[in-house]
Amino acid sequence: MEEFLQQVINGLSLGAIYALIALGYTMIYGVLRFINFAHGDVFMVGAYIGFFIYPLLSESLETGYLTAFAVLLAAMLGCGLLGVTIEFLAYRPLRNRPKLTVLITAIGVSLFLEYTGQIDFVFGADYKTYPTLVERSAVLSGSGLSLGSDQVIVFVVAIGLMLLLRVIVMKTKIGIAMRALSMNLSAASLMGINTNRVISFTFFIGSALAGAGATLYAISYPKINPLMGVLPGLKAFVAAVLGGIGNIPGAVFGSFFIGTAETMTAGYISPTFRDAIVFGILILILIFKPSGLLGKGGVEKV
Amino acid sequence: MLQVEHLHVNYGAISAIKGISFTVPERSIVTLIGANGAGKTTTLRTISGLVKAESGKILFKGKDITSTPPHQIVSLGISQSPEGRMIFPELTVLENLKMGAYRRKDTKGIQEDMEYCFTVFPRLKERIKQAGGTLSGGEQQMLAIARALMSKPSLLLLDEPSLGIAPLLVKLIFEKIVEINRDLGTTMLLVEQNAAMALNIAHHAYVLETGEITLEGNARDLAQNEEVQKAYLGM
Ligand SMILES: Nc1ncnc2c1ncn2[C@@H]1O[C@H](COP(=O)(O)OP(=O)(O)OP(=O)(O)O)[C@@H](O)[C@H]1O
Ligand SMILES: [Mg+2]
Repeated sequence: MEEFLQQVINGLSLGAIYALIALGYTMIYGVLRFINFAHGDVFMVGAYIGFFIYPLLSESLETGYLTAFAVLLAAMLGCGLLGVTIEFLAYRPLRNRPKLTVLITAIGVSLFLEYTGQIDFVFGADYKTYPTLVERSAVLSGSGLSLGSDQVIVFVVAIGLMLLLRVIVMKTKIGIAMRALSMNLSAASLMGINTNRVISFTFFIGSALAGAGATLYAISYPKINPLMGVLPGLKAFVAAVLGGIGNIPGAVFGSFFIGTAETMTAGYISPTFRDAIVFGILILILIFKPSGLLGKGGVEKV
Repeated sequence: MLQVEHLHVNYGAISAIKGISFTVPERSIVTLIGANGAGKTTTLRTISGLVKAESGKILFKGKDITSTPPHQIVSLGISQSPEGRMIFPELTVLENLKMGAYRRKDTKGIQEDMEYCFTVFPRLKERIKQAGGTLSGGEQQMLAIARALMSKPSLLLLDEPSLGIAPLLVKLIFEKIVEINRDLGTTMLLVEQNAAMALNIAHHAYVLETGEITLEGNARDLAQNEEVQKAYLGM
């Protein structure tokens, strides 16, 4: 029982990180109807932003938590701007082209980030060790159950950001415009909504969440390299599809599901299957319910 | 108020609008009638900036708006209630109306205009918290018109407000269009297949056939025209 609970805790904390990535996939799909395959690599850049900015910040800021918070904000801001730039340079010129063209371009952007990152004077191909933003200590121990301070931070930050996102999307004018745009682009234009600006905003928010996810991920798994975004990116994508791509609560639900399935598989079956299970779920979902568990059906093929 | 001059619009190799010209005077209701595929929707979408003109000019209050992007056209004072209504299905009635006022900052004016919409369409007020997608077709049409009014337009483009709505409601909606034109002095360009209803409320009318204007005149005169009676009024 304790082991089971432990797996649940580990799964949910992994799922919370996936959720921050999956939200970007699903929001961008909502407004542009395509999968931004470069999203996992934006996530990777988020980890490097933290890596490079930490030494600068830790000198000037007094306390560890303040520094950690500043690193988080820097990664979010940097990734947000990167996402906006990618959309502006790579996707916007293709706005009226077939979706397949944009999809292939997204794969190109992804490869560009991965391989530029591996150049020595950029990030370098080797593994780097992410700074220790927070000292790891056991918040809860004994009784066989352990909950690390890093996990607590993951939960607090991830859930806080999800609630903030909910307020933005449901209550603010630009958030409602974003939803309107995802429901009907022409109608949104006819309301006087500057659709390009809302699309930029969506890329900013989605990518900033990936930057937050990267910071939390690197706190938990401090070995970073330019290909580190591939697997978490793919898993978060599966989570978004599982929840119904385009559906914001669905992405969160799917992520917690995928995170838990992954740790359960690693714990009870074999760690070698932890990646396979995720893609197994993807195949099942695509066969039996392509619109996702919370989707409404009628998903376009991309 | 609106002048369209020698407008051509193509979809790829298909030529949908072939050099039409017409004018909509201030405070008037002008209708563009025509059969399926005549190019009525294309004309309105081009005025709103959703479709690019191949050649020709669109002048609004004397200003050339032919290649102005859609959101700026709304700021200039043109709004549209589109074909098929295009209500945002998962937004509430209130949120739909607020989206209509997207470019406005005058909170007080927005509130007043919303009150006006509710006096014209009291049913909307009763359903203010309901999701747009759950309204009946007629109610959605009311919402589409009210939403377009929320930008405080000086020119309102109406694309087939009678589409798929029971005859009794169509009558009500057309009465409301006249009422709005009278109360606010909003200029209207009304596109319709229901020629009888449209000619009944319009001041001036144009007949569009496969991308070309074939007839024009005072709406009352056109309603008496034999060709129009045969082709569009089923007489
Ligand atoms: N997106 C498009 N791509 C290609 N052709 C189009 C497109 N939209 C319209 N057309 C064509 O342009 C012509 C005019 O269409 P339009 O929708 O403007 O007609 P309409 O008068 O509004 O018809 P209806 O009364 O049925 O709404 C038609 O032949 C139509 O097939
Ligand atoms: Mg039409």
